[in-house]
Parts: sequence; structure tokens; C-alpha cells
Amino acid sequence: MSTKIVDRKPLSFFENSYLPTLVSGLKVTWKHFKKSAIQGKPLTMEYPEQKWVVPQGYRGAPYLVKDQDNNTKCVSCQLCEFVCPPKAIRITPPGPNGAPADRKNAEKSPAEFEINMLRCIFCGLCQEVCPEEAIFLQKDYSLTGESREEMVYGKARLLQLGGIHGGIQKWKHKLEEAKEQEVFPVHAE
Amino acid sequence: MSAPVTVESKPAPPPVEKIKVKVDGREVEVPKTTPDWLGKPQPTTMLQACAHAGVDVPHYCYHHKLPVAGNCRMCLVEFGTPVIDPATKKPVINEDGSTKIARSVLPYEPGTPRGAIACATPISPGMELYPGSPATAQMREAVLESLLINHPLDCPICDQAGECKLQEYSVQHGQSASSFVEAKVHKPKSVDLGPRIVLDDERCILCTRCIRFTKDIANDDALGIINRGSYNTIAAAPGRQFDNNYTLNTVDLCPVGALTSKDFRFKMRVWFLKETKSICPGCATGCNIVIGSRENSIYRLEPRENDAVNGPWMCDTGRLDYKWVGASDRLREVRIAGKPSTWATALREISVRLGGVKPGSLAIIGSARLTTEELYLLKQLGRKFEAITDVVEHSGEADRLLVHAEKAPNYAGARLTGMAFTEAGINLPQIRAGIESGAIKSVIAFGEDLVSTGLSVELLSKLSLLIVSDVVSTATTPLAHYLLPGCAYAEKRGTFINAKGRVQKFMKAVEAPGDARPEWEFLHELVHQVTGSNGYSTIEGLFNSMAKELPPLSGLEWSRLGDTGVTITL
Repeated sequence: MSTKIVDRKPLSFFENSYLPTLVSGLKVTWKHFKKSAIQGKPLTMEYPEQKWVVPQGYRGAPYLVKDQDNNTKCVSCQLCEFVCPPKAIRITPPGPNGAPADRKNAEKSPAEFEINMLRCIFCGLCQEVCPEEAIFLQKDYSLTGESREEMVYGKARLLQLGGIHGGIQKWKHKLEEAKEQEVFPVHAE
Repeated sequence: MSAPVTVESKPAPPPVEKIKVKVDGREVEVPKTTPDWLGKPQPTTMLQACAHAGVDVPHYCYHHKLPVAGNCRMCLVEFGTPVIDPATKKPVINEDGSTKIARSVLPYEPGTPRGAIACATPISPGMELYPGSPATAQMREAVLESLLINHPLDCPICDQAGECKLQEYSVQHGQSASSFVEAKVHKPKSVDLGPRIVLDDERCILCTRCIRFTKDIANDDALGIINRGSYNTIAAAPGRQFDNNYTLNTVDLCPVGALTSKDFRFKMRVWFLKETKSICPGCATGCNIVIGSRENSIYRLEPRENDAVNGPWMCDTGRLDYKWVGASDRLREVRIAGKPSTWATALREISVRLGGVKPGSLAIIGSARLTTEELYLLKQLGRKFEAITDVVEHSGEADRLLVHAEKAPNYAGARLTGMAFTEAGINLPQIRAGIESGAIKSVIAFGEDLVSTGLSVELLSKLSLLIVSDVVSTATTPLAHYLLPGCAYAEKRGTFINAKGRVQKFMKAVEAPGDARPEWEFLHELVHQVTGSNGYSTIEGLFNSMAKELPPLSGLEWSRLGDTGVTITL
């Protein structure tokens, strides 16, 4: 790759006197001084009494969500556990004798799902990789606890914090489609 | 079984006739014939010729150890053959001197390239194969789309995900969308096919690998295809279960997630598993295996291909016999007279006590589950004290495919090191008589429960010194004056010698529980302290020095054993 050398324009005598930069800096200072001291609009917030309004798309803590029928969406595919850069996610698969999934057709759901919020870096890769839209970064940014163990959020807690997030419910549709096909002979349109 | 699974390495076969073909324009010389699944020479196929050229042809139904079925159509490859002049019967030559090639086309549509299934089409001299051509790529895309018409795409809940050929070829040759808008045909899911196998009919691509395996290799014609068209499903014969000792091989064979193991079902995603090359300790066949483990627990065993031992197969009994390794009844601490102690104290005390043992008053009972190195070290101890030695016999049923009657992996090693004689266990009555008469006052037992071999608790309590090493607690372990916790095969390295004299090494997959240590490690310390001869602190050095001393192993080195072992003359 070729390199293009850009000539730097030499500063004029006036610019070398620092005065123009000094003035433009003071302009900003004066603007904020006017806003807070004269107009009485504070620029800081009295946190934690006052809470910050989280903007759209903010990446907060990841929680598990349920579908509109109040069923666990996670099927324990462990892709988030695999992709998680700080290894904060830990899933215990159900194994051959585990409890069946909430949704009849999904066959599988995690026996345990843990996120260590002390390790989590809120990067959002778990949400991006999830094939079931079962985990979302939500708006909680201030997580506190009195012990390390308390900061490892279990499945029940994650589901409770995550709430409901509707979706296309592919497993339900598959089951409905399969049930329609059991009617024999197949209906000709 | 209609074919011998094991093919012993013979002197170099006579040179085979070679023919020249071109693969994507590159000339390669390939043998005219290649052994088929039975080992019989058959004309080399296009797929094998491509493999010679280093080109992978995607396939589902073809398997090198099964009869060719040619039904999945994934291996379609465009090809061309030299044009032969009908008058002279000689190849037609182009103006530039090259041979004129006729590309394969549809007979009714001469402009359209036509592929041939590479797995079943033999090559001919001068043939040109085009596995990299746009037409071949198009054929693969079309076949893959057709195979995916009714596939449920439930990879998130499928145990095969991560090692699935449908996934792999979809990445290489797939399209993101299907031309089909109709509803997918739904078939039965999680069907109970047999005691160890679950079938998901929706995922099945009907390659018939499982049917061919169970019919032709396991000799149990249990599976077939029922129903018609899109409703085709794999099923066990009416009123039967798919239940023989080789059913789990169909799980390995299944290129998709249709057949899955009940034992491994929903236990762990395969991409987390660390794969360690090992040897099955179930019997004297010594099948080559891969241990799949994650964070110190073993999740599954799979066969590892070795034509000199097990081919690509292993039996279900061996495959499911791994749970004792991580079980809770494992020995975790060194005990002196029943009280917890340390390795340093125990080994020091043992070497002092052994120093006072009169020659001929010691018996050493080893196990064919120990590695050759450990048996060799035990024999060195035995030689020092003129001890009477033996290993305990475990025998059972054999079958004609893989299962051997000797139910421990290293009887050949026990005989070779001199721990056992022609038959294992023939010295045991003499040892018992010796204890009864008081001639034998000390016993060292490694890896065997003496009580179950017929030495009663009363008899053992007569001994002045009983040193026991084992991996699990048995009826003998509470009686031991010195109890030394050992390692399972998955927790150490070493070699086993199978019934045919194959010296095979195995690697460590998981850590031993508690204070347990590999037997060879503390045995070499003990041998060093007692006999003063050099103890090797590495398994490589130990094996190499053992190979120098035992004539059948002469010339062998740890590094020369490779992954598949070396056959010696016993």
C-alpha cells in the first residue's frame, strides 16, 4: 500500500500566539457557566436520587426472556456460553433425564443458566448469537451485591428480571403444522 | 460378520497398475484398483481419485467401510472422457496435440452438463474430473436444497450440531433461502428406536448408512425404510428393538442428527469437548478411542479409526463404560492402617518395611488393567524380593466382531513383562497356599480386589504387610496396611498391548481425584528407593528403558508408537 504524505500547514504568527484557541475554549466555558449559574439549569445529576434516562439501544445487563405464552425461550444450545468473551455464562444442559421444555415441541431447555455479572462486559454477543431470541441486553446498568455468589444470577432470577419478549414462536408453529398434517387424507385445496 | 474388521499389516503388496486421470486440470496417477469395504480390490472410483489429488468431494451416503449405496447424490461431479475414433479405436487428437475430451452432458439436452456420482463411478484412463467446475457447484447446491426440503433446521436442539455434515456442506454449498414455499412434511420426532438410540425422522436424509451398517457389519438386519416418497422413514423391523452390541456406531455414522445416543442426549454441545486419544480398557481387543471431556468430566467415548485393531467401530459396552472414572466411590487419599496420610510418609514407610522382607515371602498380584510400564515396575520389585507374581484373570463372552474373551486390556503386557505366565491366574492357588502355610507374609496388590479372587478376609488379615493400590474402594481396600489411590486409564499415560501384540499408547484426558497419582509414578519412586536402580520420572523415558530390556519390544521408542501403535511378535 502506498503512503500519502500530507504536508502540515505552518501556523501563522497570530495562531502561534495561542490567542484564538484560548478564546474559543473560553467561549465553551462561558456557555456552560451561563446555562448553569445564570439560567439555573444544572449540568450534573444527583445520582443515585436522580436516575439517568437510558437511551434506546443501550447495552445493559443481559437477562433471559419468556415468550408471550410465558414459556422459557432458551433451548440450552450453549452458543452464548461459547461466544461469551469473558466466560461469564455457564449453562447446565438438561441431559437425557432432564425436565422437558415448557414448550412441548422444543424438547430441550437449560437445567441451570448462570451469568456471572462480575465477569459480564455487556458486549451483547450473547444476544447477537442467540438463535431463539431468548437473551437480551436490557437497561440495567447498576448491579450491586454483597458477595460474589450473589452476583452470579441464576436461571430463575434472570427470567424474572428479563420479563416477556414476544416473537414468532417457531416451535409452536411447527407443532401446529405437524398436527394439521396428521389429518388424513390431506385436504386438497 | 461377513468381513474381517482387522487387517494385519503385511509385507508390501505387489505394485498395482496405475492409471492417469486429470482432476481439475491437474494430472494425477492413481491405482487402477482400491480395496472396497471388504478389502477386495475394486476399480478406483472418481471420489477416490479426487482424494488422491487432495480434493474432497462432499458426500453423505458413501462410507469407506460400508457397501456403496449411491443414493444421496451429494457427490455428483462433472467429468469428461477422451473421444475415441470409432474407425481406428484410438483417441482423437486436437490440433494443438492434446487429447479431445467430451464433457458429460444430458443425452436429451446436449448443452447441459451431467454429473456422475463420484462414489460409485469407476475412473478410466485419460478421464478428466471437474470437482471444482461451476456445473459441479450448481449440482451440489441443487442436491443440498433438495435434501433440506423437509429438514426441520432445529440445530439449536440437535445433538449433532457442530459435527453435522448438513451444517458443514450448507456453509460450503448451501443457499440461505429455499425455493420451496410449501409446508415441510412433519415426521415423528424423538422415536425410541432401541435401548440406546433415539431417532428423529424429520432430520433423516435417508442415506441408509445405519441400515447398511447393521445389516452388513453388525449382522443384525434390524433397520429399514418404511412409507413412501416424502413420508419415507427409518424404522426398526416390526415388533423389534434396534438392540445389538454395536448400535451406537450408527450414531457416529449418521451424517445428520437423526440417530442420536440416549446416553449423550442433551448432555453437552460437541464443540466444548476436548478430544483425547486413548485406548478402550474393556477387553483385550484394545479399540482405539477418543475421549470427549470438558473440565475434568468425561462426556462420551467415540471410536478412533485403526485398521489394524478396530476399524472405525467399537462396541456399545465399551463405549458406555466410562462413568466409573468420575464416580464418587473413587479412592482419593493415601491411607496407612485406615488413617489418612501422605504419599511421602507412606512411600518412605513402605520402602523401610519392604527392606525387612525375606526373599520368597512376598507375593505381588497385579492387574491386566495396569499399563505395561506399571507391570514392568512391579516385576522389578518382584525380582528384587524373589516374589511370586501373577495377574488376576477376567474372562467373559467374546463375539466375532470386536469383543474379546479376556476382559482386561493388557494381558499380553502382563505376560511380556513376566508378571503373568502363559495363563493369567495360575499362580493364585500357590499364593493362597503360601499365605495359609505362613510362607508368604507380605502381599502387594495392584488394581485387583483380592477378596473376590478367593483370598478370604481371614486369610488376608494373617499377613504382616498388605499394600493395596486401586482406583475404587473394594472389599480388600479396608484391610490394606498401606492404601495407595491410583488412576483410571483416562487420568494417566501409558501403553497397553492387545491380544494381537499391538503396542498402543494412550493419553491423559482428565485429572485424577484427590491425592490419587498414576501408579507408574509412585511405583518408580518405590523401585528407586528399594532397588536403587534408576527411576525414570517421565513415561517416555520409562517406556524407552523398558523397551531396551524386554526383547519383544526391542527397537521401540515411545515416539515411534504414533497414534495407532506398532505390532510386535509375542
